[in-house]
Amino acid sequence: MTRKRRRLYMLGAGVAVLAVATTLVLLAFRENLVFFYSPTDIVEKGVAPNQRIRIGGLVEADSVKRDGLTTEFRVTDTANTLRVVYTGLLPDLFREGQGVVAHGKLDSGGQFVADEILAKHDENYMPPEVASALKKQDHWKPGEGQKQ
Amino acid sequence: MTAELGHFALVLALAVALVQSTLPLVGAWTGNVAWMALGRTAALAQAALALIAFAMLTVAFVGSDFSVVNVAQNSHSLKPMLYKVAGVWGNHEGSLLLWVTILALFGAAVAVFGGNLPMSLRARILSVQGMIGIGFLLFILLTSNPFLRLDPAPVDGNGLNPLLQDPGLAFHPPLLYLGYVGLSVAFSFAVAALIEGRVDPAWARWVRPWTLVAWCFLTLGIALGSYWAYYELGWGGWWFWDPVENASFMPWLAATALLHSAIVAEKRDALKSWTILLAIIAFSLSLLGTFLVRSGVLTSVHAFATDPARGVFILIFLCLVVGGSLALYSFRAGELKAGGLFAPMSREGALVLNNLLLATATGSVLLGTLYPLFLDAITAEKVSVGPPFFNAVFVPLMTPLVVAMAVGPLLAWKRGDLAGALQRLKFAFAAAAIAVLAGWWWLADGPVLALLGLGLFAWVTVGVIVEWAERVGLGRVALRDSLNRALNLPRAAYGMSLAHLGIALTVLGITASSAWQREVLTILKPGDKVDVGSYTLTFEGARQMRGPNYTALQGSFAVAKGGQHLYVLQPETRRFPQPPMDTTEAAIESTLAGDLYVVIGEPDGKGGYAARLYWKPLVIWIWLGAVAMAAGGVVSLTDRRHRVGAPSRQRAQAAAAPAE
Repeated sequence: MTRKRRRLYMLGAGVAVLAVATTLVLLAFRENLVFFYSPTDIVEKGVAPNQRIRIGGLVEADSVKRDGLTTEFRVTDTANTLRVVYTGLLPDLFREGQGVVAHGKLDSGGQFVADEILAKHDENYMPPEVASALKKQDHWKPGEGQKQ
Repeated sequence: MTAELGHFALVLALAVALVQSTLPLVGAWTGNVAWMALGRTAALAQAALALIAFAMLTVAFVGSDFSVVNVAQNSHSLKPMLYKVAGVWGNHEGSLLLWVTILALFGAAVAVFGGNLPMSLRARILSVQGMIGIGFLLFILLTSNPFLRLDPAPVDGNGLNPLLQDPGLAFHPPLLYLGYVGLSVAFSFAVAALIEGRVDPAWARWVRPWTLVAWCFLTLGIALGSYWAYYELGWGGWWFWDPVENASFMPWLAATALLHSAIVAEKRDALKSWTILLAIIAFSLSLLGTFLVRSGVLTSVHAFATDPARGVFILIFLCLVVGGSLALYSFRAGELKAGGLFAPMSREGALVLNNLLLATATGSVLLGTLYPLFLDAITAEKVSVGPPFFNAVFVPLMTPLVVAMAVGPLLAWKRGDLAGALQRLKFAFAAAAIAVLAGWWWLADGPVLALLGLGLFAWVTVGVIVEWAERVGLGRVALRDSLNRALNLPRAAYGMSLAHLGIALTVLGITASSAWQREVLTILKPGDKVDVGSYTLTFEGARQMRGPNYTALQGSFAVAKGGQHLYVLQPETRRFPQPPMDTTEAAIESTLAGDLYVVIGEPDGKGGYAARLYWKPLVIWIWLGAVAMAAGGVVSLTDRRHRVGAPSRQRAQAAAAPAE
């Protein structure tokens, strides 16, 4: 086998693997990219029910209601609010007034059914999406939401 | 005084690094032996100075010297001693100091153990190490100085994030950094070889043990981090395809590819420029990982409070290192002579396939990790790329890799016999078929992918045994001779077998724990019973209790199997006063057959408590597999081959022990 031919084979194999990988990536992207919406985005842009999205904002004060394993609360970006319902154990850092990010879908009644509430390691941490959503409403200062 | 001494040592280390990065390089170019030899002295001096700085910060933490900002922000006088020490690297500044210290130690190790390297190559390697050192020392001194003073000093410190007060996490960063920074040696070897314009099998033989060391640490570091997430975060998950996890996984994938391509470079003098490129990529990914973690540009469950200004510095440094080394590569790689020829179906061919798949996997993880950043920068749209994406891309890429893992070692160098190899793997075929059928028969409720996982596990396990049996001639020669051969097999062969078995075990653990997990989420009142897997748990109630620096709600679950009482599990939720934070402490009963995992949540106000209970079959094998991989690396490191041409002291030892 000549050097040229070997190079050709290797190039061919490389291109084939890359092609497969690109296909996989594109297919996976199409189905698994999850977009982030703030409560205001949902009001303004409108999101179809049953589409997997992420939402985020601050947990509104005095909005958390628990019934067994189901928790209902409102998420606000200070301009608009969104009702969220979640069944399961809440992460340790879930508090009223704190930033929160949730994965799930909107139901037909405009309520967000979350299947995952994100926890953070650090109480000083503000999810960047939430920070930027709040910034858009001109209400966010660095450090806000940390102290109760 | 200690802080000033540490600060001073860092400035001196920077001065030494400046010398180390220039004079030996010039010496190697002009043939000035004294300047080349300076590299060794400078590397040792830099290691000593970095150690002094690190020791000074440790002293400040251990002695709770709150006049140092870093200590005041991250420590507390009531903290247990282990976490006072771990607190040294439990924060941004300290972890960078740890990074620099490890970097300097690796440089010193090259200086000490690199006695068998050609003088000019060693001088160049140490110079490149010195350049990396300059970057990080500047970063520390300009943006992240851990020795800044605070006046007036507070009475007590802010404390360490309670989640980080855990033995697993105390040792996770040092291990991970030993891996990240260890790859800098492979990088320096690569750049030095490019400057020299020469790569030969000897080069590959020198670079391999260093990569192996880094790879072992990286493997253990990732496994430890994953295990920590499993038992500490209380979600029962062990890998989330989180950016910070990906940041450590990408260098691991690249280093794994490098380990395999270096074999080809060493044995067959082929794939040389590709091996160089991989060494550059592996370390660049380590730097990228540091950038992603330290700059806070990505949303991550692991994100700590971060500072964007620091991100800019690392980004510039990253561009310099990656851009500089790749420019050098494009300039010089053409001059590297292509080596031995081989047919596509050969050991080399199998290793090329390994590299292709690992490199593609690395690329797709990189894409998935950075895509949200790009999209945000271009369209200001916020997206997340979650586990479904990575699973959809990663599993199809890794499956052929694991299939080929059993075949590759059976192929001969240069021109292999695929039909013959497959024929010899008939037992592995049979085992895989039996595993799939058994899985289908016994555990029909799992997804189809789980059957694939079981099949791969059996295929690789039996494949490794077949390969070993081939090597020792089991059944072909007398048993006695086989035994003799087994004893005389190179350690590297055992290392490979062990590491490949580790992969098989990890695949088994992942498959079983995700496909046949049992999960119960419920509200329990004292006296309630709940079945999880084949166990029955009785909730005996919950009580408030007090720990050394926290208060806790502790639940008690009596576990029984077949009516027989076994043990009591006591999960907690802890409330730390300083810094204020709650953590979940899952109660886990780990056995080789599976883990019982219990989490207690908040009271519902009507006498009940939320609880989440899991049965996770074979989950422990995920990490035992990783330990086996790292052990394989260590066994391979002890191979005699790596000591060939080593300093005479070691040769004398080998002569004194003729049994070896």
